[in-house]
Amino acid sequence: MTATRPTGSRRARPGRAVLATETRLFLREPGSLFWILMFPTLLLVVLGLVPGFDEPSAEFGGVSFVAAYVPVSCLLAAIMAGVTAMPAVISAYRERQVLRRIATTPARAAHVLGAQVALHAAAVLVSVGLVLAVGRLAFGVPLPAALPAWALAYLLALVAVFGIGALVSGTAPSSRAASTVGTVVFFPLMFTAGVWYPVSAMSGLVRDVVAATPTGAAALALDRAQAGELPTLLQVLVVAGWAVVLAVLAVRCFRWQ
Amino acid sequence: MPLIEVRDLRKTYRSAVAVEHVDLDVHDGEIVGVLGPNGAGKTTTVECIAGLTRPDHGTVRVAGHVPWQDRRAVTRVLGVQLQSSGLQAKLTAREAVAMVAAFHDDPADPVELIERLGLRQVADARYAHLSGGQQQRLAIATALVGRPRVVLLDELTTGLDPEARRDTWQLVREVRDGGTTVVLVTHLMEEAQQLCDRIAVMAAGRVVAEGTPEQVVARSANSTVMSFTVPADVLAAAALSGLPGVGGVERRGDRLEVVGTDDGVLAVLHALQTRGVEPVGLRVSATTLDDAYLDLVRRQDAAPTLQESA
Repeated sequence: MTATRPTGSRRARPGRAVLATETRLFLREPGSLFWILMFPTLLLVVLGLVPGFDEPSAEFGGVSFVAAYVPVSCLLAAIMAGVTAMPAVISAYRERQVLRRIATTPARAAHVLGAQVALHAAAVLVSVGLVLAVGRLAFGVPLPAALPAWALAYLLALVAVFGIGALVSGTAPSSRAASTVGTVVFFPLMFTAGVWYPVSAMSGLVRDVVAATPTGAAALALDRAQAGELPTLLQVLVVAGWAVVLAVLAVRCFRWQ
Repeated sequence: MPLIEVRDLRKTYRSAVAVEHVDLDVHDGEIVGVLGPNGAGKTTTVECIAGLTRPDHGTVRVAGHVPWQDRRAVTRVLGVQLQSSGLQAKLTAREAVAMVAAFHDDPADPVELIERLGLRQVADARYAHLSGGQQQRLAIATALVGRPRVVLLDELTTGLDPEARRDTWQLVREVRDGGTTVVLVTHLMEEAQQLCDRIAVMAAGRVVAEGTPEQVVARSANSTVMSFTVPADVLAAAALSGLPGVGGVERRGDRLEVVGTDDGVLAVLHALQTRGVEPVGLRVSATTLDDAYLDLVRRQDAAPTLQESA
């Protein structure tokens, strides 16, 4: 049985229509846009304006305080998007049965989730570009010397952080619960990314523990790539391991309603 | 071939049986009502048809396609309005209809549909700011915008005021007159009687009666109600309750009310004649669909108890 289409009709592309809608909705979230796109750069600017923070310091391996905060700010963008902004949207979609509604149309609920991940990831990458550009132009922080290694380490960290967010939003029984759990993991992630104190300047047991976390290992890998060295195999394996495990868990454990 | 064909459907959640041995046919151009109390299995049946739930046993075909296997084919011919589903909070009514329209190759005109559902005034309001009735009408618009061959409407007038309800009924008739088949899930007898060509009454996970509303009333054990005036000292209610075809006898002051089958009515009249009692002010009428429904549903609820005691 072949269906004939009347002339003038076009072939619908449900995935694209979902992406267009979700993009429009994403732009209606000024809070998310601020915390993902602006806040990491703002943090860098504020620190850079503190007198002396742009001078090389032995504490941070010979780079300036503000230079040490460039990778930290980049990780912060991923954390803001992955564990606060995105879970809020997805858990609300689950709670209000938006995913079920979409599942009864030619579009798929997976289109909606895919669009959300893509949009938040895109915002993070824009934010990273902004941080690197402002660091370079305003405070003379050189761009990562080993750029491919830096990008690889960063993307793995992005997958791991988004995996945590997706796991939270896909398993929390309500959007309220998702935001509570999100807040609980938000602060350890910020700490291990080095927001309070750069990981490279940590020492002893704290450093060892932090180096085993996804954002901690990523922070160390990014520091090395920033300086033009390749990250250590262990650092890459830790971030990659977290990325794989968290992504698989997030997909496996996702509950549609 | 029926447009929707459900055969021997069975779905269990943990230990609870949601539906069992459910058969349902929906033919082209019909408005079919699925009635039943909460927990009767209406939602599970509808979810299986919409492809949201995969049954443990049995088959469902929508225009020949199995919903949970060929969802693309099914979602093209089946429009769905689910009671418990929403849209993105910051999406406007206009954008919502346009989005779903963009999912389909040959959709209806979103502007026209918004107009027809009385949403023009709020077309640019966000979903979260719409009233319950407006959200309901928007859900109907998104169910219709793909020009489906058959549309599933789940409790579509819940939360609407009586006037909006009548308007929605009129809309459903127009939809059917436009060639779209309608499956209506409802617990309102008036709605079923007004709109449906056929109804299926569900109780405790099964279809307990099916047919036109008139047929369902006739199939009820107490399809007829009769009442007459007779003082209690002349005739006790108990004297009639044992007669064949009599489902129940109740005394209200001087009047006796008897429900039962048509044969039961004749048996009562015969018994009165034998006793020389004159049924003053005799009234005989058909049971309403409401009463027939309650009778069917209660009988079903009572059935397991009978089995246990046997």
